[in-house]
Amino acid sequence: MADDNTKYGWPAPEQRTLIGKSISRVDGPEKVSGRAKYTYDVHRPGMLYGKVVRSPHAHAKIVSVDTSGAEKLPGVKGVYIIQDKGSEIHWAGDDVVVVAAIDEPTAADAARLIKVEYQPLPHFVDDFTEPKNVAENTGPLTQRDLFQMFNNDAEDDQVIAAVQKRGITFKVSPEMAQRMKDNEVSNEVIKALQAAPVKEAETTDSPYKKETEQVKGDPDAAFKEAEVVSEGVYGCPVITHCCLESHGSIAEWTDSDHLFSHISTQNVSGLAGQFAQALKIPESNVHVHQDHIGGGFGSKFGIDRWGAYTAQVSKKAGGKPVRVMLERDAELEVAGCRPSAFAKVKVGAKKDGTLTAWQSDSWGTGGPGGGGAPPMPYVVNIPNQRKQHTAVATNIGPARAWRAPNHPQGCLITMSALEDVAAKLNMDPLQLMLKNIALTAPSEDTYHRADTYRDELMIAADLIDWKKNWHPRGQGTDTTKRGLGLAIHTWGGRGHNSNCELSIHSDGSVNIKIGSQDLGTGTRTAILIVAGDTLGLPIEKIQLNLGDNQYPADGGSGGSTTIGGVSSSTRRAAIDAREQLFAKIAPALKAQPDDLEAVGGSIRVKSAPSRSMSWKDACARLGTQPIQALGKNPGPGDLISSGVGGAVMADVSVDTETGIVKMNKMVSVQDCGLIISMKTAESQVYGAMIMGIATTLYEEKVMDANLGQMLNPNMDFYRLAGIGDVGELIVHMMTGKGYDERGPIGLGEPPTVGPMAAIGNAVANAIGVRVPFLPITPDRVVNALKGGNNATV
Amino acid sequence: MDDLPEKPAKHEQGDKPKKSKSSSSSGVSRRDFLKISGVSAAVPLISHVGALAMAEGEPAIHGPGKAPVSLNVNGKKLSAQLEPRVTLLDALRDQFELTGAKRVCDRGTCGACTVLMDGKAVYSCSVLAIDAQNAQITTVEGLGEPGHLHPIQQAFIDNDAQQCGFCTPGFVVATKAFLDQHSNPTPEQIKHGLGGNFCRCGTYAGMRLAVMQAAKTKGA
Amino acid sequence: MRPFDYAVPTTAEQVPGLLGKSWGEVEILAGGSDLLSLMKDEITTPKRLVNIKQVAGLHAISNEGGASQLGTLVTLDRIAAASQIQHQHPMLASAAGDAASPQIRNVATLGGNLCQRPRCWYFRTGHGLLAQKDGKSLVLEGDNRYHAILGNDGPALFVSPSTIAPVLIAYNAKVRIVGPRGAREVPAEKFFVIPKTEQEREHDLRPDEFISHVIVPPAPGVRAAHYEVRQKEAFDWPYATAAVALTMNASTVQSARIVMGHVAPIPWVSTEAAQALQGKAVTQATADEAAKAAVAKAKSLGHNAHKIHLAQVAVKRAILAAAGASPAGGAA
Repeated sequence: MADDNTKYGWPAPEQRTLIGKSISRVDGPEKVSGRAKYTYDVHRPGMLYGKVVRSPHAHAKIVSVDTSGAEKLPGVKGVYIIQDKGSEIHWAGDDVVVVAAIDEPTAADAARLIKVEYQPLPHFVDDFTEPKNVAENTGPLTQRDLFQMFNNDAEDDQVIAAVQKRGITFKVSPEMAQRMKDNEVSNEVIKALQAAPVKEAETTDSPYKKETEQVKGDPDAAFKEAEVVSEGVYGCPVITHCCLESHGSIAEWTDSDHLFSHISTQNVSGLAGQFAQALKIPESNVHVHQDHIGGGFGSKFGIDRWGAYTAQVSKKAGGKPVRVMLERDAELEVAGCRPSAFAKVKVGAKKDGTLTAWQSDSWGTGGPGGGGAPPMPYVVNIPNQRKQHTAVATNIGPARAWRAPNHPQGCLITMSALEDVAAKLNMDPLQLMLKNIALTAPSEDTYHRADTYRDELMIAADLIDWKKNWHPRGQGTDTTKRGLGLAIHTWGGRGHNSNCELSIHSDGSVNIKIGSQDLGTGTRTAILIVAGDTLGLPIEKIQLNLGDNQYPADGGSGGSTTIGGVSSSTRRAAIDAREQLFAKIAPALKAQPDDLEAVGGSIRVKSAPSRSMSWKDACARLGTQPIQALGKNPGPGDLISSGVGGAVMADVSVDTETGIVKMNKMVSVQDCGLIISMKTAESQVYGAMIMGIATTLYEEKVMDANLGQMLNPNMDFYRLAGIGDVGELIVHMMTGKGYDERGPIGLGEPPTVGPMAAIGNAVANAIGVRVPFLPITPDRVVNALKGGNNATV
Repeated sequence: MDDLPEKPAKHEQGDKPKKSKSSSSSGVSRRDFLKISGVSAAVPLISHVGALAMAEGEPAIHGPGKAPVSLNVNGKKLSAQLEPRVTLLDALRDQFELTGAKRVCDRGTCGACTVLMDGKAVYSCSVLAIDAQNAQITTVEGLGEPGHLHPIQQAFIDNDAQQCGFCTPGFVVATKAFLDQHSNPTPEQIKHGLGGNFCRCGTYAGMRLAVMQAAKTKGA
Repeated sequence: MRPFDYAVPTTAEQVPGLLGKSWGEVEILAGGSDLLSLMKDEITTPKRLVNIKQVAGLHAISNEGGASQLGTLVTLDRIAAASQIQHQHPMLASAAGDAASPQIRNVATLGGNLCQRPRCWYFRTGHGLLAQKDGKSLVLEGDNRYHAILGNDGPALFVSPSTIAPVLIAYNAKVRIVGPRGAREVPAEKFFVIPKTEQEREHDLRPDEFISHVIVPPAPGVRAAHYEVRQKEAFDWPYATAAVALTMNASTVQSARIVMGHVAPIPWVSTEAAQALQGKAVTQATADEAAKAAVAKAKSLGHNAHKIHLAQVAVKRAILAAAGASPAGGAA
């Protein structure tokens, strides 16, 4: 390993020519000029246009489907029933029939002629009201229940007791056992699961499912001894991804069993299997392509129902290309919800601010499946805890991963509760956080997380001038009040499986193929920076091909695993290719291959730098056989790691008459190990703050209880922040010693976690009372100031 | 003079009451027409009106089927047969493969479809193609291309004012219209002047810098 | 969007004959921003569009002895930029410049702004203007956070969406309407009506009529300001707006026009607030009193009590801003 680390490890700071530098994203020119082709922009020859008939009911049985009218309409080339008679609908907007026609107007006319009869069933869309008097679930544990327990770091003896007492609903296969082992589930727990009685899952009419209470330490004693106890209720609603490029694809059959799909996806290499399964064709017959994607945020990992039916209706239309891109209302209704989370929280502390006890009763919905508890208390591991979560099954729509799944919710609830404790103690929340910083170190802390948080908090405090601008809650007599708030957050990282093929040709050209995707995070730029830095070439000299499943397979871009995956596979490929090139030309330079280096477009002898050869001349010696190297992740050497910390601070002004919150300033200080592409990394953090502002102040999937329908499936009332709504923004990346040596760690999730909590805390600090629920709209601020309860909806 | 782009209002004033009493050249007064359409409500209204000759020449009536539509886009004349219900955005994208303008909200809110019509930023999703025929239309493709980028486009790159890039063309075009009117903008003017475009990835920090840079480049 | 035919009259006289006899058969296309959205969602499904943009005489802003006459096709962008409006009716210029977004202001017409349909989310998702289902009001039973707090005794519970209309009413503007029987003028205040059935619209137009002009009378010396409680700086719909026009006698208010937007199915003229201010100097206290009077009769529908408060704030701030505004120019 040590040798591999020496061989593949990242260059020392003084040797980095591109890594960590501010370099403009390589696909910038295409994007700013409108030339970049997204899936929505692809226009295949003879392409047909799809239109989908959707259920207006949130819960219903389909009684009949009559497509005859549509089939007779001239210009209609295919009709495919997605959900036929007898199917059960679980959310409004669900897909029922798709038609393909020569143009969009014709497709719309055809869709209007389709008659679907429904038998409406009772629906439930209220995730906001606190579930009361719900009996704790005592039935057998599902896989989801267990996942929840693991996710919440439940103690082994509690898990084992529950497994033994309640049984489980599934059989533990050897693969599953191995997977658990890989994920650090203890042998005792795995053994208990293997020995547990397998029972039928319980069915219930209640939307509520109360999960097993989780206890750590002795919360009863801790609350009894606490010198101060603060209680509060906090939460945030279901929000939607609102990708600007909606979900969708263009499907065509190149012959009777070969599918070609242009699809908007975060998972180019991972879709063929899904298509194969849905369409009953060999996986190798599926070709997936995507050049650019207009946003995913965690919602575009699957082919989805629409991916499958687009292929089905194409088949009905004789294999012609059919485009189905979701319309905006459908995008907001069916293409992804972030689970809501609400909690009643009690926190116990000593007078000096030492946190001693946590109790939370939480609830929230992740759609029809109910959904799990966010991690609480978040990051700050209070020694004594009692937690109880109730999952609420609703017809709001299916949940999907949303940047840093569950973390923003857990962070909001925890950091809000801690700020309330500080206020009750009349203590600066920054001091409270620093006082308890040791609680933030994970159990197996390998890199002094607590120190990172402390350093980040101090830097953030400096950048926002905390000392000067912070004041105890709700001071001042002006109509407009200013406040500061903070939050800290974490995320894992590591790298997904990645394969990078790099070839060097005799004309000096370099070509990279990788089945990855660039979500706008700068993946292309980062890959080229790594390759360019390793080969001593400017990035313009390297051709990069990604976005196709015919290139070496790469993981989906989720969980902040892309940079770890592609940077290390690219580094390994480039090192191996470089090694081959060195071996080839070492004799000509009268040197040993390992005494060569590639710098500034030439190959030179390290011990005698005057002996060198231009890159072009070096490659000319390759002859007809290009160099090819396949770099993998995981692979030799330890190039990446996991686990980062970040701190966010917000400065807001609140007009206490109108209840309008204005962002003055926000600071995000983030660690992500070794930064490959500084400019796009910073952009990720800026973006995370801005997204957080929208989520905190504006976003909400508003459901009508009677209709079971979304009331704001448009961008008028599903509101995003504009350029004038975000205030001053400052990003500070933690770099250098203590960070760089960890290797790159992904940034897609971590900086998105803290902003909601930081802004919410700043509002509480400004106006002197907590606005418990997001979004912090004028009505809620006004109600909070009046001391009313904030259940405005 | 921007207040009065056409004839002085005095004319209109004098014209109004007299004209509104005149009858159509076909001899059917509007009153009569109303009666006609009243008794034949079951028949689509359209069929008569098209047949009726109206005052001062017949008004043009197109559709509902396809009609010839000719657009002037980026200095080129582009023609197609389109139903009147086709929007300018869809015509640009699906007929002429100018896909820089994006379809996002499709309801005149998000700004991703922004193009210039006679130099002014408009939401092309909310303009009918048939109604855009007399305008000079500029799309993001008409501002510059890789290798020959417009200073605004270059400024967006330099300041990384984009991530996924789906809102970017709309923002670039909106910025062009904005800077044409505000050559030396204040931050307040930027807030107001670019308030009709939304970005989901969150690239406003770079955009603000890009707008300022482009303003300076232009002035130089 | 459903198919329709598309008529392009060139004279005002041609227009009424092309229009329908009941609402929804035919729609007038001017700026189109709102109309095309409604048609895409099939909230309105006209068989014909009448594009009136080729009609001569509807595009001008002119000065009639201090009165501003605006053609129905004048865009908000032009209203905001017109030096005549800025001088004679500055509140109108300012409200037009604040409306919606640049892209909307560039195409949205004055007539279209007055005739735009409510933003009620039940209406916009296809549940009808009055949003009734099985004889019950979806609004009353559902999420009415943005709905009416005044004029909400009948079945119409949406709010009038125009931010320009309250301003025009505060200026005592008139709306000129052309129909098959010629032209008529109605005060802007009377132009807006609260519909009682699904078949009606939110204004005094008949289906075969259209707005040709808006005439804003001279307002020399009038101090006016509007205030909008809107959460976002970017494109967003306000919770409440207020337009206030004050005629001052030295330091006291001789007469006031106080009109709220986004609070009722029509722009809501508050004579109570105007009376409260009459004969008094404008101070924090008198503005506050008048603002309270403006919402004295307001009634929450269950989830919109905050709007009562926000409307009150809008009125108070508009009064204070108006008192501090420079008086409008006289006849040009």
